[in-house]
Amino acid sequence: MAVAEKALGHAHGHLSGADLAKPLEYQDPHQSVRILGFWLFLATDMLLFGCLFATYLVLHTHTDGGPTAKELFDIPGFTAETFILLTSSFTGGLATLAMRNRNKKQVLAWLAVTILLGLSFVGLEAQEFYKDVLEGATMQRSAFLSAFFTLVGTHGSHVSLGIVWMFSILLQVAKRGLTQVTARKIFIVNLYWHFLDVVWVFIFTVVYLFGVVL
Amino acid sequence: MAHGHVELHDGPAPAHEHHGPGLYIVGYIASLVLTAIAFWLALGHHMAGGPLALTLLILGALQIVVQLFFFMHVTEGDGPPFHSMALVLGLIFTFAIALMSIWIMSFHYQVQ
Repeated sequence: MAVAEKALGHAHGHLSGADLAKPLEYQDPHQSVRILGFWLFLATDMLLFGCLFATYLVLHTHTDGGPTAKELFDIPGFTAETFILLTSSFTGGLATLAMRNRNKKQVLAWLAVTILLGLSFVGLEAQEFYKDVLEGATMQRSAFLSAFFTLVGTHGSHVSLGIVWMFSILLQVAKRGLTQVTARKIFIVNLYWHFLDVVWVFIFTVVYLFGVVL
Repeated sequence: MAHGHVELHDGPAPAHEHHGPGLYIVGYIASLVLTAIAFWLALGHHMAGGPLALTLLILGALQIVVQLFFFMHVTEGDGPPFHSMALVLGLIFTFAIALMSIWIMSFHYQVQ
């Protein structure tokens, strides 16, 4: 083990031309394996959302005489949330691009934009939940609402965690600059962010659009 | 050839390609167009329930493809594409859980 570590350390110190041709976050094998590990996490996090989607799909008609999806969902509200999250996925991608181009200023700027968009998404969602609860559509009201708040709330807390995480990486990049380690961190937090965008696309389709139309 | 570059470390930053944002812009436009189509189909009442649901799910699947290939660089990586295998397995499980739950619960009565 120690020998392998030493060999890796040596490789780290003297990168070959082939390694330098790779994107910054993949140049050090120590960082590459962390990226692989994060992909594996995303595959398992997908299972969590798969179970919550299954629950929602089974229970969404069980409204117990309470508010239905059609009565509850506000089209301009979820349209705005969708547009904001899609845009933030794009700006997060631009942060990765800037990292690969070794442009620290742009990385910081795009991460900041992404965080702001994430905050406005969470703000809109909190507002929506608040309005629902005022109308009597609480989590305890029906099986439909329990499943709805669990699914959408789990996504919202993922986004909230992502905001805190991305902010901590913004501080690290500001302090330490673009290294192989911070590059890997920028890449991974954006993988997480794009994943949450995909989950939202399905929430917006299966929960909101199906809810309003079907 | 590789050896010629070993000592470049202390010099100026190693040459790397500058990548333009073209791929990202295409991906962003594609995701906006797919979303707009979904909205238009759903809110314009252009289709009946069943086919509409299927079409919207296909549009969602295309959004996954856009995110994976334009933003997440799923084809890149170090070594064998283990991450793609994990992802495919995760997707199969996820859809199996969701679709089979609907199927099996359709045998059941409605519980309020």
